[in-house]
Amino acid sequence: MSVRHSLLALLSAGPKYGLQLGQEFEDSTGEVWPLNMGQVYTTLQRLERDGLVEGEDQSAAGPQKGFRITDAGRDELDTWLHTPPDRWAPPRDELVIKLLVAMRVPGADVVALAQSHRRHTVAMMHHFTRLKEEADPDDVGLLLVADAELFRLDAVVRWLDAAESRIKRLPTAPAEVQAAVNRRSRRRVGAGR
Amino acid sequence: MSAAVQLEQVTKSFGTGPTRVEALQAVDLSVEAGELVAIMGPSGSGKSTLLQIAGTLEDATSGSVMIEGRDVGGLSRNDRARLRRRTIGYVFQDFNLLAGLTAAENVSLPLELDGARSRAAHRVAIGLLEELGLDDRSDHYPDQLSGGERQRVAIARAVVGERRLLLADEPTGALDSVTGEGVMRLMRAACRNGVAGIVVTHDAQLASWADRVVFLRDGCMVDESIPAGPESLLTSASE
Repeated sequence: MSVRHSLLALLSAGPKYGLQLGQEFEDSTGEVWPLNMGQVYTTLQRLERDGLVEGEDQSAAGPQKGFRITDAGRDELDTWLHTPPDRWAPPRDELVIKLLVAMRVPGADVVALAQSHRRHTVAMMHHFTRLKEEADPDDVGLLLVADAELFRLDAVVRWLDAAESRIKRLPTAPAEVQAAVNRRSRRRVGAGR
Repeated sequence: MSAAVQLEQVTKSFGTGPTRVEALQAVDLSVEAGELVAIMGPSGSGKSTLLQIAGTLEDATSGSVMIEGRDVGGLSRNDRARLRRRTIGYVFQDFNLLAGLTAAENVSLPLELDGARSRAAHRVAIGLLEELGLDDRSDHYPDQLSGGERQRVAIARAVVGERRLLLADEPTGALDSVTGEGVMRLMRAACRNGVAGIVVTHDAQLASWADRVVFLRDGCMVDESIPAGPESLLTSASE
């Protein structure tokens, strides 16, 4: 989440004080992404340093200081909005690593492990669905954030389903398969010496 | 107070000998009035079979099915049909509305089949369609309705009268996510009014609308998820 660009977006609607920006940021994200005021002021100082915002009253400080977006800030915001997020590099997903590691642990029940993570993920989805259910229908910010989390978690469940399906199709239990592969590899390495 | 529906040690087999398939194995499930339970599992896990058995559309091979305290296995064919007409509502992925009847006629049909006068049944149907925001669609035929509208009519038909058990098989499968969300809100509202609901699905987003999620794998119930507060979401998945 880019706090820097979110603040620029809020300032694009007109000049605001730091405190006001912090509150509007939380409102716009349905309070799902809380932000401390220290982070708001630090970010505003950096934006000012980079010429993307300017203070309305140079003598004021802290909550009394108002900010406005500059033309350079508007250009920066527009460029950021139109730049696709960098998602080409595959993330080192902790859950993927856990299942891969479990496949090498003798006696590990990888299907049961996948199910325990599926249950946990669905419990998280409950939480975001309840947020949506109880939200004001006009609170589009909260609905969009909850949707984003739900689609992300849904993808995790789908991956767990696919992983379980692949693992079940293996001719023997995963750890045993891996152990057999390792034994064969060791034999090959030994035969070359 | 007895559960709205209770399955005890229910098994279901298809075929015999080497081609025998155990679709359900010793399944226990209890759903209270006012509760919405999701049965989640992949294709072939037995979830649709379970729904059909809970809805008395299919017999269990062994075990018992109780609906509001009555053992379904001991009911005559006619009593069972009456139970289906009066107590159980079904919602399917492909809506299953009768093409030659209007929205209001589709909704009033179960009441008329159960002996209600046509005019009274029509009045009830119109009232229910109004509650679901379909008052201007009551005289439209299914092919004049959008997918979301058709499913809302199907839900109205499923809860019309004194139905106390709502069974849904992938009810949002043919809908986009926002329209499907509207359908799940209606199912939640029906359950808050005292209906017991079971929805079977492979879709985690749909399942997350339920009060609890039961996971079905290869005909067996393997796990259950109960909604948790944010603090408990930080605990280990294996706890």
